[in-house]
Amino acid sequence: MAMHGHLTPPKPGEELTVTFVDKEGEEHEFQVAQGDNLLDIAQSEELEMEGACGGSCACSTCHVIVESDDMYDKMDEPDDDENDMLDLAFGLTETSRLGCQVKMNKALNGLRVRLPSMTRNLQASDFSGAKKS
Amino acid sequence: MAVLGSGPAGFYTAYKVMSSIENAIIDMYECLPVPFGLVRFGVAPDHPEVKNCQDKFEEVASSPRFNFIGNVSIGKDLPLADLRPHYNAIIFAYGATKDRKLGISGEDRLKGIYSARDFVGWYNGFPEHQALAPDLESGEEAVIIGQGNVALDVARTLLSDVDSLRKTDMTHYALDALSKSKVNRVRVVGRRGPMQASFTIKEVRELLSLPSVSFDPIDPALLPPNAAKLSRSPKRLTQLLARGSSHPASQARKSWSLDFFLSPRSFNASKARPDYLSSLTFLKNELNGPDIFNSSATASPTTREISYPTSLAFRSIGYKSEAIDGMKDLGIDFDERRGIIPNDLHGRITSLSEDGTRIPGLYCSGWVKRGPAGVIANTMEDAFDTAESIAKDWENQETFLSGTNGWDALQGSVATKSLRPVSWDSWKKIDVAEKERGKAKGKEREKFANILDMLGVLD
Repeated sequence: MAMHGHLTPPKPGEELTVTFVDKEGEEHEFQVAQGDNLLDIAQSEELEMEGACGGSCACSTCHVIVESDDMYDKMDEPDDDENDMLDLAFGLTETSRLGCQVKMNKALNGLRVRLPSMTRNLQASDFSGAKKS
Repeated sequence: MAVLGSGPAGFYTAYKVMSSIENAIIDMYECLPVPFGLVRFGVAPDHPEVKNCQDKFEEVASSPRFNFIGNVSIGKDLPLADLRPHYNAIIFAYGATKDRKLGISGEDRLKGIYSARDFVGWYNGFPEHQALAPDLESGEEAVIIGQGNVALDVARTLLSDVDSLRKTDMTHYALDALSKSKVNRVRVVGRRGPMQASFTIKEVRELLSLPSVSFDPIDPALLPPNAAKLSRSPKRLTQLLARGSSHPASQARKSWSLDFFLSPRSFNASKARPDYLSSLTFLKNELNGPDIFNSSATASPTTREISYPTSLAFRSIGYKSEAIDGMKDLGIDFDERRGIIPNDLHGRITSLSEDGTRIPGLYCSGWVKRGPAGVIANTMEDAFDTAESIAKDWENQETFLSGTNGWDALQGSVATKSLRPVSWDSWKKIDVAEKERGKAKGKEREKFANILDMLGVLD
């Protein structure tokens, strides 16, 4: 019952490769088209990524971590709106991005991103000082 | 399973339970005829994108394994104990229905003091608060006590050009009242400093960017001296606050300020108008070291007082969950002090006794589980966590309640009580009617703020 984005398949010869590493450490490699954003890709492939605000850069549920600094530097800088949301994300890193704001292009061919494990961080920070179960 | 509450906590829990337990059937109870809780009644009308999570909720509700039972209040219309024989699990996700009070002199007596929660409910068409009729015409100043995002929502509502709100789903009566508002100066007051405030940077940035609204510069001594050395979030916030607004006070119609290190001490009236607020007195606070820029630094009051004249004040120091009548019968000891249902931190409701044993089949999710804080993304993660607990317990064949037949069995007893449950299809009729009303005014939606009007659509 997941909501699937409907992505147009890449034209032969123009496939770009992107790899998602999920919370369990499992790798998922996909061939995608230029212009697809990471949230749409993840949702159309049924990965666990929510996109609560529907990809409008108003929440942090599509937080991804870019594995290599080089790749991160090849992306356009996040704007204030995206950075403001990232500041609320769990497990924020120096190479964190919102999936809905990262569009695939030739320079990003071979991109690898990790999906952060959020639940545990939430529990730990929200109940700091509380009785441990 | 029964889910009590149809806000983000209820829906995200239902969603995850339904996708992890094949054949799970969810009956979602909601005391109002309309769903979505604070997405409908809390999220600011000028933040429509935040409400996009409703798309997901619609998708959940369209499942044949999901029933919406609106307009039935568990604990009032239907005793909680009546649910027990009909479900394997009951999930409490009803959020925080009250707000915290200051407990200072004048708070309950003087006119002109409003709860921010009520005010937000008022402009969002929450039936309980639609008749609030806040007096925005007696004075030019407003003081908001508290510096969370609700406080900033109230500030933004008061400071925005009302024409910029007309296309939103803000209720017509609120737009009308705001168009007559005389308020042109808003103070947002907090107990601690800028680095301890609970607002998020996005909300501050929005306020600083409001057209024709100026911002009193923050004393640089209150901000960390070496912003560049801070970690990412405090660094960005410090830089934003230091930069302030680009709208000079001389050209602004309205202005606002963040006032720090102040604890409210009393609401005062003047001799001429003894029933009306005329000023607010605060005690100056000092932050306790060693690091006053640490986000968890605490404040201590001094003996110095400061008063601000104002005829309008909003209390915005947090929400609070309450127990539901009949919880005791299920063995739940609501934690009044923390305002939550005792649980194992993962949503399994536990007894308050030393061993904290799990009470079979009872779960909680969202604000009633962890306290009223955070944005929808936090509640989503929290709801997923509870759903995971339920799925794990089910898989491990832990004890659940042994009830059967859910709503099918309960419907009969509801009918004899002359209650009028609202199904999802009925809600969709109300939804369509609201959108049509809005269309006529060029708005996304014109909400019904009155329960009888909502039900009137179904006659």
